[in-house]
Amino acid sequence: MPVEPLVKISNLSFAYDNRPVLTGINMEIHRGKVVAIMGSSGCGKTTTLRLLGGQLKPTSGYVSVGGQVVHELGDDALYALRRRMGMLFQFGALFTDMSVYDNVAFQMREHTDLPDQLIHDLVLMKLNAVGLRGVHHLMPSELSGGMARRVALARAIALDPMLIMYDEPFAGLDPISLSIVGQLIRTLNDALGACSIVVTHDVQESLKIVDYVYFVSEGKIVAEGTAEEIRNSKAPYVHQFVWGEADGPVPFQYPARPYGDAILREVPRVH
Amino acid sequence: MFTKIIASIRGLGRRVTDRIWRLGFASRFFLAIFLHSGTSLRRFGLTIREIYFTGVLSLIIILVSGMFVGMVLGLQGYDTLQRYGSSEALGILVALSLVRELGPVVAALLFASRAGSAITAEIGLMKATEQLSAMEMMAVNPIARVVAPRFWAGVLSMPLLAALFSAMGVFGGYLVGVKLIGVDEGSFWSQMQASVDFREDILNGVIKSFVFGVIISWIAVFEGYDAEPTAEGVSGATTRTVVTSSLAILAADFILTAFMFRGA
Ligand SMILES: Nc1ncnc2c1ncn2[C@@H]1O[C@H](COP(=O)(O)OP(=O)(O)O)[C@@H](O)[C@H]1O
Ligand SMILES: [Mg+2]
Repeated sequence: MPVEPLVKISNLSFAYDNRPVLTGINMEIHRGKVVAIMGSSGCGKTTTLRLLGGQLKPTSGYVSVGGQVVHELGDDALYALRRRMGMLFQFGALFTDMSVYDNVAFQMREHTDLPDQLIHDLVLMKLNAVGLRGVHHLMPSELSGGMARRVALARAIALDPMLIMYDEPFAGLDPISLSIVGQLIRTLNDALGACSIVVTHDVQESLKIVDYVYFVSEGKIVAEGTAEEIRNSKAPYVHQFVWGEADGPVPFQYPARPYGDAILREVPRVH
Repeated sequence: MFTKIIASIRGLGRRVTDRIWRLGFASRFFLAIFLHSGTSLRRFGLTIREIYFTGVLSLIIILVSGMFVGMVLGLQGYDTLQRYGSSEALGILVALSLVRELGPVVAALLFASRAGSAITAEIGLMKATEQLSAMEMMAVNPIARVVAPRFWAGVLSMPLLAALFSAMGVFGGYLVGVKLIGVDEGSFWSQMQASVDFREDILNGVIKSFVFGVIISWIAVFEGYDAEPTAEGVSGATTRTVVTSSLAILAADFILTAFMFRGA
């Protein structure tokens, strides 16, 4: 009997007002796996994560997490499900009016009745896992970008979630922080026995740590495969993306009228 | 020509429906704050913290302004009253103007620009930096955790600040009237004590400032929550908070006054 996937996205479509963003997406993600969703900016990656977290409702199709269809849940059930999800936002989204310690302790205080001493130990444990036990007393504004990202990661795993989502975890990091964060994503996932979804356009870094990759372009999945398959793929789009070529199936030029026409005929009218 | 007229009518119509739609949204938001107020009452520490930020930080500006307004009242009041030979009524004039009108209204205008704008900016920035989204994803309702405590803090601070404003104002009027100009101290205080009625004057003033507190806090949290999540969006929302709540305070003051003091 095949194992039920932890996350199942079935024939998912989504539109903002009448502008379609995603059309007919299918994915299955199993426990223990780290999966990457790749695609250029604006292709709908963040939107996919918001659909998974129930912050947006699909136009058609569905997303299910742990066997529950997310958009059919009532408020209480949705909040219960979210307690078992962790999300790392693109810029960390740390609470700026709280210290690092209070940020990580936030969910423990809101959702559990644990005594302060135990929360203290848990917070330091989480911070230790991301190598930042020493900064617990600092405010978010006193952290570097890479450190803020790691604190946000510690906060995302505060309640040992079964599903962790990362929105562009590599964006704007220096090479060292980049590989630290990459390694953390993998080790935390394996330690928690969770399942991780990494949304990114950083191909080289994520191919090092993920099990499976989906390529999204113009709201559709255009390629998928294991890291190895993607590296060796001959599909033109994947090749262009993986090797970072400026021109290819994704054209350098934004669609426009033929250049000759534009130069010769579009003489600005002078009154 | 004809199409231009049609287009401008359509534009006008859209502006009107947009406003009405937003007002409806603001009303639903108001209800949502009440529905999710449990947290800010049960964990009153959250509200206390916000009272510190909104109330205590507005204290200086409220006290100083109250003092000056009272001093001006002392000067102007004396100048008018002595023409009719009734300068010892200065105490009544200062106290009644402050308790009935100037205390609640001026304190509310100051509170809107000092604390209301700060609340809008803070919530708007939390939205722009995805802190509110992050909170939602952590299964914590931002209306309960962020909006409601700030709302109640504003509602509770406003009457206290207005009372302090009036008290400082009376003191300022006393300094100018009695100490500087030389109005008789005994009649200044005794006339004030005899003519200011608790129900009619003080209680009505407190009701006013409470209503203004609700108006300012509601507008401030709504504008912050509804702000476009960009730097321009937040700064625009902050300005709107000050403008809208100032107008709303003055309009509400007229309506409340009409109901409260019908020359009975
Ligand atoms: N709140 C919104 N309203 C309307 N359009 C949006 C909104 N958020 C995102 N979009 C559009 O949806 C598309 C996908 O956005 P997003 O999922 O954020 O892309 P990305 O892959 O870069 O994360 C983009 O074209 C973006 O302009
Ligand atoms: Mg994005």
